[in-house]
Amino acid sequence: MRVPRVHQTPIQMKRTISLIGLSLGIFIVSVFANEPTQKAEGIQMDTKQQKVEELKTPFDKVMAVLTHQRCINCHPSDNVPKQGEDSHPHHFGMLRGKDDHGFVAMKCNTCHQDENNKYAGVPGAPHWALAPASMAWEGMSRIEVAQALLDEEHNGGRSHEELIHHLTEDPLVLWAWEPGVNNEGEEREKPPIAKDEFIKAVKEWFETGAVIPEK
Amino acid sequence: MKISFNINGKAQTVEVPDGDMPLLWVVRDILNLTGTKFGCGKAACGACTLHIDGDAIRSCSYAVKFAEGKNITTIEGLGTPENPHPVQQAWIEKVVPQCGYCQPGFMMATAALLNKISDPTDEDIDNNILNICRCATYTRMRKAIHRAAEIANSTNSAQQLNP
Repeated sequence: MRVPRVHQTPIQMKRTISLIGLSLGIFIVSVFANEPTQKAEGIQMDTKQQKVEELKTPFDKVMAVLTHQRCINCHPSDNVPKQGEDSHPHHFGMLRGKDDHGFVAMKCNTCHQDENNKYAGVPGAPHWALAPASMAWEGMSRIEVAQALLDEEHNGGRSHEELIHHLTEDPLVLWAWEPGVNNEGEEREKPPIAKDEFIKAVKEWFETGAVIPEK
Repeated sequence: MKISFNINGKAQTVEVPDGDMPLLWVVRDILNLTGTKFGCGKAACGACTLHIDGDAIRSCSYAVKFAEGKNITTIEGLGTPENPHPVQQAWIEKVVPQCGYCQPGFMMATAALLNKISDPTDEDIDNNILNICRCATYTRMRKAIHRAAEIANSTNSAQQLNP
C-alpha cells in the first residue's frame, strides 16, 4: 500500500504551476513548428517497417521477436514488470518479489490467470511470471540478448535443445501471438513476424549452430 | 454452462452463458452477494478482491469457469456481526472507512495477507496491499492492518493456552 502523492505544499503548487506554464509554452511552440516533428515520426515508422522487411536470416527473425515488448516487458532489468506497447512500469508498484511471481498475498495470479480475460483486458497464460532476474534483457542490444540467451549462467541452465523447446512450445512464450485486448479493448501488438515463421527460424538458427553475428 | 463451487461454506451451482464471464458478475448479479464491489473492471483498483482457496483474487479478471470446484470467500463470509473477523474488528476500532466503497476489497486483501504473514511489517503491507482508495484512507488502513494482526495473534495465543 503506497500512498499516492496527491497533496502538495504551496511551494510544490507554485512549482507545478510553473511547470504547467512551461509545458504549455513548449506545446504551443511544437504546434506551430510541427512539420519537423511529423517528419521525424515518419522517418521512424519507415525505419521500423524497413527493419521488418530486412529480417532475412533466422537470427534476424528470432531477435526481432525476442526484443519486442511482448517479450521484453517480462524480462526487466530493474525487477519492475513492464506493461503496454510503451513498456511503462506495471501500475500500482507491482514488483518482482522473491520468486518472480510477486508477493505472498499479491501474486501475479492475483490478477493474471491461465488465459486472457477479454472482459477486463487483463492478459493471462499458464505460469504467468517474470523471467528470473538472471534473464534480464531490458535495455540490451539484440546481440547481447542472444549472448544471454545462450549463456547457461543466464538462461536457467538450458541446453540448446531445451531452449528450442522453451521458445517454440512454452505457452507463455507463444502467448505473444495471442496477446488479446488491453484494458481499453484494443488489440495488443503482436511480434513483427508470424508465430510459425518464428518457430521455423528458431529451429533453423539452432540447427545451423546458433551463430551470433558480430553486429 | 454449469459451474459448481463452494462459496462462504455453501455449495453452489450456477448456470452462465459464457464461462469467461468474470466471477465478480456471478457473485454480485446471480448470487446477490453485493459486498464485493465493481470498481474499475480492469483488475487495477482491487475493490472486487475476494478469496479463492485462501488467496486474494481480483474477481473482475477471473473467469468463472476457473472457479469450478474451488472454495470462494467473499466479505459476507469473512465474519459475522456477532463474531467479526480480526480484520473487521480492527476496521471498526480504527474507524477506517470514509465512503466505504473500496473497503471490502482492502479487508479481503488484508485477511489474505494475514493468512500468509501473521505480523506484517510496513514493507509487507506496501508490497502486498496494492488496492486503491479514492478517499485516501491509507493511513488509517495501515493502523488497522497492524491492529488486525494484534487481534489475530492474541486470539491465536489464547486458543493455544485454552484449546
